[in-house]
Amino acid sequence: MSLLLSPEEQATAAGQDGAAMAMRIVAESARLLSAPRLIPIASAHIDGALYHGDSGTLFAERLVEGGASVAVRSTLNVGALDLMGCSRIRLEEPQRGMARRMMEAYRKLGCEQSWTCAPYQAGHRPQQGSDVAWGESNAVVFCNSVLGARTNRYGDFLDIACAIIGRAPDYGLHHPENRRARLVFDVSALSPSFLASEIAWPVLGSLYGREAGNTIGVVTGVANHPGEDALKAFGAAAASSGAVGLFHIAGVTPEAPDVETILGGARPEAVIRVTPEMATKARAGLSTAVSAATIHAVAIGSPHLSLAEFDALERLIAGRRLKVPLYACTGRHALADLEQDGRRKSLETSGVIIVADTCVVVTPIMPDLAGGVLMTNSGKFAHYAPGNTGYSVLYASLADCVESAVAGRPLFTDIAA
Amino acid sequence: MNAAAEILVPGRAGQGEALVLTAPISFWGGVDPKTGRIADVRHPQHGEVIAGRVLFLPGTIGSSSASAVLMELAHNGRAPAALVLHEPDAILLLGLIVAREMGWQTPMAVRLGRGAFDGYRGSLVKVAKDGALTVAA
Repeated sequence: MSLLLSPEEQATAAGQDGAAMAMRIVAESARLLSAPRLIPIASAHIDGALYHGDSGTLFAERLVEGGASVAVRSTLNVGALDLMGCSRIRLEEPQRGMARRMMEAYRKLGCEQSWTCAPYQAGHRPQQGSDVAWGESNAVVFCNSVLGARTNRYGDFLDIACAIIGRAPDYGLHHPENRRARLVFDVSALSPSFLASEIAWPVLGSLYGREAGNTIGVVTGVANHPGEDALKAFGAAAASSGAVGLFHIAGVTPEAPDVETILGGARPEAVIRVTPEMATKARAGLSTAVSAATIHAVAIGSPHLSLAEFDALERLIAGRRLKVPLYACTGRHALADLEQDGRRKSLETSGVIIVADTCVVVTPIMPDLAGGVLMTNSGKFAHYAPGNTGYSVLYASLADCVESAVAGRPLFTDIAA
Repeated sequence: MNAAAEILVPGRAGQGEALVLTAPISFWGGVDPKTGRIADVRHPQHGEVIAGRVLFLPGTIGSSSASAVLMELAHNGRAPAALVLHEPDAILLLGLIVAREMGWQTPMAVRLGRGAFDGYRGSLVKVAKDGALTVAA
C-alpha cells in the first residue's frame, strides 16, 4: 500500500518553508513504514531538543527560519543545560552555545518549556484512546501503557515534524488491533516481598525488555497496583533493554482489565514464566562494578523524580550528611514545589545535588573520573551510565543508595526474588 | 555473495569493510556521535568503529535519539559507508531522512534478510546505487 497524501498535505509538502520540510519528513517516514495515510494528532512530546552535536541545532534553526511553529500542544524532553541553575553543567564552548541555541529554537517553535522526560507527571496526560506523537523512549511507553493514549516510538526530528503539521503516519500502535498482547510475562513465581519492593520494577522491566524486544506483552501475577512511579520505572528499564513501546499489566493498566481481554481471545505466542533465578540474574546484570569497595556518586531520577519520590528520599536521608554527592534529577514542575517549603535547601544541605531540566547521563555533570563508580536505583541509568559517563554502575534500591551515600561505600540489603 | 537489496533510504553508494553486529544496539548511548565508536560496554562489538564500514544491523533498541546520533555521524563524516537492515527502522533511518532534507551527504540504507548477514563478515562490501551488494575480491 502506498502513501496517499491529501491535496492539502501535498500542497504543504511542495512549499519552501519550515512546514514543507516537516511535511516531507513525516511523509518520507510514512512511506518507509508503509503507512497508507497521515492521521491528526492531539499532542506531541519532543525529544529532539537535546544537544548531541551541531546537526540537531542547525535542523531546529532551519525550521525556525522557515517560519514553522507547532500546531498541537508540545512538551519538551530534557535539554543539555540546567536552565534553572541548580547544577553546574560542564559542557564547554562552543558546544554550550550550540546547546543553548538548540533549546532556544524549540522554544521559538512554540514548544512548552517543560524540559522533562516525565511530562506525564508534569500535567501532560493525553486522553485514553487519543492519537499523539511522543518521543523519548520512557515517555512513549508510559503514554501508551499507563495512559492508554496511542503513539508509536517517534524518533528525534519526527516528533517535532509531526507537531508542526499536526499529523503522524497511520501505522503501528495507532491501530487498536496492533495493541493487543502476544506474549505473557508471568511473575507469579516471585515472592510477594520482592514484588512489593521498589527494585522489583526496574529489574523486571530490564528483563522484560530483553525478553520481549518489540513484541507487546502482558505481565501477569501482579496482585496489587504497584503505583505510578513503579510503572514509570518498569517502562523506562524495559525501553532501555528492548524496543518496547507498549506493555500491559493484567488488572493494572487501562487496556488490560484481564489477561484474556488483552490477548484478544488468542493464545499467546510465548509465555515467559519468570523464576527467582531469572530475576536475580537480571538484577545482577544491571551492575557492571560488582566488586567495588567504594562509590563516588549516587544518581537517581531517570525518569525524572516525582514529588512522591522526593518525599521518600527525604525520609531516607533523615537530615544526615552524605559522604558522596547524590544527584537527584527532576523537572522544573517538581522543583517549583520543592522550593516552596524550603525542602530543596534542606536536601542540598545534606549533600544532594538537584539537577533540573536535564540529567547526568545526557550531559556532562559528574566529574570525569577514571574508575569512577556510580550507584543508582534506576534501571535506565544503570543501562546508559557506563557508555555515557564512563562510570561503572552498581544497581541498588533507593534505601541502599542513600545508606551507601552516607557511608561512602556500597551497602546492600538482600531482597530475595 | 552478491545480493539485490531493497533500498530503504536512497543515498550515496558506498564501500567498506563489513561490520556485522551480533546484538541489537541503541545508537544513543551505544555509539559515540563524534567518532562512531561503539561505546556500549555490554555490546559484543564494544570498541569497534562503525564509521566507513558497511554496517549490518540485526535491530535497534533503546533510545528514540538514535536518529539524532546517526544524523550527527553523517554531518561529521563519521557515518557508516552503508547500512544494511533486516527491516525498516522507523527511528534510526529518520537520521538519514532529515540529513537529506538538510542537504547533507548520506549513506544508503538497504534491507536484506538477517540470515544473509553472516556471509559478509570480514569482507570488503560494496553497496551500489541500485541497492546491489557485492563482495570485492
